Amino acid sequence: MPQQLAEKNSHVVRFAGDSGDGIQLQGQQFTIASALAGHDLSTLPDFPAEIRAPAGTRYGVSAFQIQFGGERITTPGDTPDVLLAFNPAALTVNLPHLAPGALIIVDDSAFSAQRLRRAELTANPLEDGSLNDFNVCRVDISHLTLEAVKPFGLGAKDSARCKNFWALGLVLWMFDQSRDAAARWIQAKFANHEAVRNANLAALAAGHAYGETAELQHVLSQHPIPEAPLESVAYRTITGAEALALGLTAAGELSDTELLFCSYPITPASALLHHLTGLEEAGVATFQAEDEIAAVGAAIGASYAGKLGVTSSSGPGIALKTEALGLAVAAELPLVVVNSQRAGPSTGMPTKTEQSDLYQAVYGRNADTPVPVLATRSPADCFATAIEAVRIALRHMTPVILLTDGYIANASELWPIPDIDAFQPIANRKPTAATAGGVWEREADSLARLWAVPGDARHIHRVGGIEKDIETGHISYDPANHQAMTDLRAAKVAKVADHLPEQAIEQGVPGGLAVVAWGSTFGAVYQAVKEALSDGLAVAQIHLRHLNPLPPNLGELLAGFAAVLVPELNSGQLATLLRDRLLIEVAQLNQVSGQPFPVAAVKAAIAEHAPVRLVEARRKEAANSGASKRIRRG
Amino acid sequence: MAELSFKDFASDQEVRWCPGCGDYSILKAVQRALASCGADPANTVFVSGIGCAARLPYYIESYGFHTIHGRAPAIATGVKLANPELNVWVITGDGDGLSIGGNHLLHALRRNIDLNILLFNNEIYGLTKGQYSPTSRIGTTSPSSPGGSVDNPVRPGAFAVGAGATFIARGIDIDQKGLPDILTAARAHRGAAFVEILQNCIVYNKDVFDSVSSRKTASDHQIRVEHGQPLLYGPDQDKGLRLNTKTLQLEAVQVGAQGIDEVLIHDETNPTLALMLLNLAPPLPTAIGVIHRRQAEPFEQAFWNAKPRERRQRVVTLLHQGNLVDHRQSASSESAADFR
Repeated sequence: MPQQLAEKNSHVVRFAGDSGDGIQLQGQQFTIASALAGHDLSTLPDFPAEIRAPAGTRYGVSAFQIQFGGERITTPGDTPDVLLAFNPAALTVNLPHLAPGALIIVDDSAFSAQRLRRAELTANPLEDGSLNDFNVCRVDISHLTLEAVKPFGLGAKDSARCKNFWALGLVLWMFDQSRDAAARWIQAKFANHEAVRNANLAALAAGHAYGETAELQHVLSQHPIPEAPLESVAYRTITGAEALALGLTAAGELSDTELLFCSYPITPASALLHHLTGLEEAGVATFQAEDEIAAVGAAIGASYAGKLGVTSSSGPGIALKTEALGLAVAAELPLVVVNSQRAGPSTGMPTKTEQSDLYQAVYGRNADTPVPVLATRSPADCFATAIEAVRIALRHMTPVILLTDGYIANASELWPIPDIDAFQPIANRKPTAATAGGVWEREADSLARLWAVPGDARHIHRVGGIEKDIETGHISYDPANHQAMTDLRAAKVAKVADHLPEQAIEQGVPGGLAVVAWGSTFGAVYQAVKEALSDGLAVAQIHLRHLNPLPPNLGELLAGFAAVLVPELNSGQLATLLRDRLLIEVAQLNQVSGQPFPVAAVKAAIAEHAPVRLVEARRKEAANSGASKRIRRG
Repeated sequence: MAELSFKDFASDQEVRWCPGCGDYSILKAVQRALASCGADPANTVFVSGIGCAARLPYYIESYGFHTIHGRAPAIATGVKLANPELNVWVITGDGDGLSIGGNHLLHALRRNIDLNILLFNNEIYGLTKGQYSPTSRIGTTSPSSPGGSVDNPVRPGAFAVGAGATFIARGIDIDQKGLPDILTAARAHRGAAFVEILQNCIVYNKDVFDSVSSRKTASDHQIRVEHGQPLLYGPDQDKGLRLNTKTLQLEAVQVGAQGIDEVLIHDETNPTLALMLLNLAPPLPTAIGVIHRRQAEPFEQAFWNAKPRERRQRVVTLLHQGNLVDHRQSASSESAADFR
């Protein structure tokens, strides 16, 4: 029996259709409207690798999910409250995501016999009872769109393409959100196409008016949501790729160094190249190289010549760059390598997310070739993490790997715009007129050599991948020297830890279960731990930005817990790292489906592994006055 | 400023090639060219890949970067883009530049970035102990081809023409008169300059270019080309090259008998003639000198065209663009603290 959508502080909406239906655009526009309405939000674009997959097929379905509301939102939501499906395939592949009672809005006219066959369906799900558990709202979106845009004289194809804005209008009405931002976008995008512009504006208005006037209150009604309690600063919506681009640009400014960003297109890393292109005024130039190796090579060349080289790719491309990374370690040049991780191995699932390149980043090079590794936790966190990566690269004269992933790169969230003046300037090791030391004289607290670059008559030198003498930098095959240089390279990366802030507990209490995670699982873990705490479980969230070296107090911090759970979107790579570096027992929660963790999965694992209730933990803590035994293996 | 000598460009490093290696004379020719140009060591960078040739940067008093196998053109591209004022050289070999690094060489040439690329061609892998290389002639016996190699060799010059190179020259290691001039011309060229240097590997491919380079046979086996001059060779410059218009191929002609009118005049701006000259094979002579040269915009110039070379915009302006949401409401509730 149809029911109204439950009144809640937040909702999850999923848009789904063919990859050519403009689903991602529709989602982005809804995101902006939601942000302008004062909601916090988190999004999940979920699209196929094919650009325009054959229409109506299951594998060609593109989706965009958003959770928005009047409270802190950290994930795109486990189960949509509303699914908007443009065709039978979009309905069929997304049905498993829904919980009973969800509202399904379908484009009624798309459920023709031919399109059901396209979706490999033998019966019409709108009529065979398979949707009995849901509230179904059948709207003839295609037909109503054609009616709305008829006055503008577009062809059949262009008219039909307005349906994403028609449906957007309807969903905006549902949540009482303004159409103004979408209208402005249409006006700007189609400034020179009057008919297309007016047709899309009319479709947007018609969808909205349909909600107001159609007598569908029994299934379709308005659900205004309160504003989120935002801090008193300016916000903007931002994707991870955008925030990373801004962070790198800001780091260039903070270090008074220009950036040369060199990359080769690869999904899902290309967005970073696109966002950095055109920022020359802000001190960033971009170079599209002939391949991954050339990209890292040119970045190393740029750093050799005095700009900061940055390169970016995804796992397969990082594999190709690996030999060059060794050169940057040997030559001791600053370099930032951004890895937007995706599901693998090999080509894997390029548009789907995964955290499976941690081994590659930390351990994946020939010889003893240590490299600092850090990871960003969310789209907004990309900004500060990029600054931190540049700071380490310049302070220690070393390549740094920054791990992000396909989910973070494409997802958006609300970002309190930071005050750039609150960030410490970034020092570099370029010689000044006062510099007395030579190229290979090292700074004690970083072990960095001097960043002497061509053009400087005082520091002419030769350097390369052959082992160099620790004092003179000349070629050396001396056994003791190689030992000393290997030790030095390790000590240099270890030194990074001296500059790290203490690892903090994100939320929760010590004594019980520590949920230790990294990267884009932050949002799901945050929500799961929050809910577990309110259920009375003794649990804490510890989220790592620094993976190599680990924060120096991490071992001590984890010794204060009875158990450790490591949820990851891989088969246990951080778990291995923690066992390796801290000699501790950890339990694992692993998922490699190309999708982010559902909050429920993390919560279930917490419930399984949490050894004590909150009240007991507090009692114990009081009794022990904080002292607890370190958990050790072997 | 006092005249510079080649010794001013010798670094303090001991040279470690095999005694008698052609690389010694190439090193000297490079140092001579730098001295004659009055090059500034502080603004000169030598970038190399891997191989015997790739050790050269250690021996030159300038900035030097010995990198990884095949990637020198890519790394040098980054150097040149980062600082277009630098004079950047790439030192590579037939294996480094045409086998593992063929892709980067192709792209450096077609972009026309202002690099001076010297490819030491000894038709063999020296540093890995003598395996056949991509320029080895068919039938080359080596540890990895005991029965003789069966691969078709690549012709470096023809490769460069195909890549759209704007400067292509060929020199000989021991030619201390001609080679410094070629290198000087390469340095003066704005854009990618490609110089194939025939280099004798005394250990693994000894005397493979002997007919071209040895004094006794050189005049019949090499032709020195010069823009605007007839294509003549032979002990008395009595032979010339003419175009057979039926076969569209170059052929030898005896100057005395048939006059000089039929002999082609070298036009270095013509890539079609360059390709024919670079492909000359015995019994026709090997072309030496600046074979092709034309002007085109260098990549680094196009890259920076209309871009400021220094930061002019502060990031704060970028931060406050995009989809702004400016509520500026007071953070009164407790949950606001939980927010970020």
